[in-house]
Amino acid sequence: MSTTEVLISELVELHGRTRNSLMPILQGVVQQEKYLSEDAMITVARELNISAADVFGTASFYTFLDTIPRGKNVVRVCKTISCHMKNKEAIIRALEDTLKIKVGETTHDKQFTLLTANCLGWCHKGPVMLVNDEVYPEVTPETAVEILNKYGRSK
Amino acid sequence: METKKLKKVDIIFENEQGLSMAVLEKTLKRNPDDIILDLIDSGLKGRGGAGFPTGLKWKFTKNEENPVKYVICNADEGEPGTFKDREIIERVPEKIFTGIAICGYVIGAKEGYIYIRGEYNFLLKNLNVKLQEFNEKLKKLHFDFKIYLRSGSGAYVCGEESALFESMEGFRGEPRNKPPYPTVAGYNSKPTAINNVETLVYTTMICHMGPEKFKALGTTDSRGSKVFSVSGDTPIPGIYELELGMPLHDFVEDFGDGDTKAVQIGGASGFCVTRKKFNDTIIGFEGIPTGGSMMIFNSSRSMYNVLHDYLEFFCEESCGQCTPCRIGCQQLLKGIEAVKRGERPPSYLEDLKKLTATMKIAAKCGLGQSVGNPFNSIVDNFREEIIY
Ligand SMILES: Cc1cc2nc3c(=O)[nH]c(=O)nc-3n(C[C@H](O)[C@H](O)[C@H](O)COP(=O)(O)O)c2cc1C
Ligand code: SF4
Repeated sequence: MSTTEVLISELVELHGRTRNSLMPILQGVVQQEKYLSEDAMITVARELNISAADVFGTASFYTFLDTIPRGKNVVRVCKTISCHMKNKEAIIRALEDTLKIKVGETTHDKQFTLLTANCLGWCHKGPVMLVNDEVYPEVTPETAVEILNKYGRSK
Repeated sequence: METKKLKKVDIIFENEQGLSMAVLEKTLKRNPDDIILDLIDSGLKGRGGAGFPTGLKWKFTKNEENPVKYVICNADEGEPGTFKDREIIERVPEKIFTGIAICGYVIGAKEGYIYIRGEYNFLLKNLNVKLQEFNEKLKKLHFDFKIYLRSGSGAYVCGEESALFESMEGFRGEPRNKPPYPTVAGYNSKPTAINNVETLVYTTMICHMGPEKFKALGTTDSRGSKVFSVSGDTPIPGIYELELGMPLHDFVEDFGDGDTKAVQIGGASGFCVTRKKFNDTIIGFEGIPTGGSMMIFNSSRSMYNVLHDYLEFFCEESCGQCTPCRIGCQQLLKGIEAVKRGERPPSYLEDLKKLTATMKIAAKCGLGQSVGNPFNSIVDNFREEIIY
């Protein structure tokens, strides 16, 4: 069995073999592998005895269930109004310059993916960004770059 | 009109040691019908936005004859400008669990779920520990009820109750037609009482302090208090629990930066109120109901940019299931861009307003139906800023 298949059979064991477990299972795969590969979706479909198209249909609806490869660390900068007013543009520019990618892209070494997100629920402490599941409120262009270093950005 | 002075209160975050357990033990000995009567008497309405009376919701769910029922706590909190549920979850989780358990007891459910947005995944570890402890305590009380956690994956529309059920059932988060309402057919098509995080904490507190104290606050139409998320151009952004029924004017006096030109009440799907209406706008269900988002804009802000931001948000978050909303949101966004660039005459704004009227009637869920709220209130009040 591939590592993906092992992971999925563990997740199925944990959450149960029903359609109601589909979201927790897909979330578990993304937690480990950062995205849902075709293989992963086909395996989940087989395990739950539903069609792979159904799995893709559900996955493709959700912003956090990526179906294209993502870096080891996914950075999401809030772009909604309150963070907009607190100059999220400067944060995005600093991250783009540092990582040498544009929003939506992944670095060559597959370490970082840079994305924007709708309201992250920190409007009183903007601008805010998520790295994987961790939240960083009130970032500046400087601290945003320092945070990347924490996640092992090679200089 | 009945109004109240701005007054800070401390009900939601009151965190006396052992309060939740004492309330739970006491309440599980009461007759469920009496609890419902207390909630109806308190006048508590849902704090998630729509404002449905909580006591009635529980009564309808209780009255359904079905061996399987569910309680769901809606912690999807996706409305731009709202961050109070996160704070409640972080600071007083036991009070939420207690509200869920009491609801389960009243309606006759054995399972409760908290659906929490994926953006708040960092809360899960702590929350899970606290939840296990709570579930253990339920066992000790010999109350056959258990609470589970479910996560969202980054979709605003999943805060809409029927979309939330779809998501929990492993489907795309596309809202269902109503009726049937959740009290009849919700999660797994079973009778379901779904409430906002804050609503459930108020139910705990009403069981604690009795309906009298709660309804002494607020106005006839808006009983009690509410947690507000204040952001934008304010020197003191943050979370504040305030008595309902205050005029917006008082709010701006306390929270504005002295140069406030508009307040967006209720998030992107809410209403924009301008300076000249601050005096006669009441914050409450009789005036402008709100899930608690208060975004303050001062005169340096372009209301075109604000509206543009909101419309982009709706274009991205529309589930795309029904045409009026899927196409409507796009056309509204393109429309104001075209007017701004001078490719369309200012009168085109009237056509766009007609489109929002169509969306209000024809869209399937609250998302598409309410896009007209920010659109019309901003376009009417700041026409020049949209055009030039
Ligand atoms: C697009 C949309 C998003 C919503 N998001 C939320 C949400 O994040 N949290 C919430 O409690 N209610 C949300 N609601 C309202 C719910 O559908 C539902 O009315 C609410 O959970 C009921 O709880 P309450 O009676 O305690 O307010 C949303 C509604 C719509 C139309
Ligand atoms: S109104 Fe919008 S969000 Fe609601 S069902 Fe229709 S397309 Fe989906």
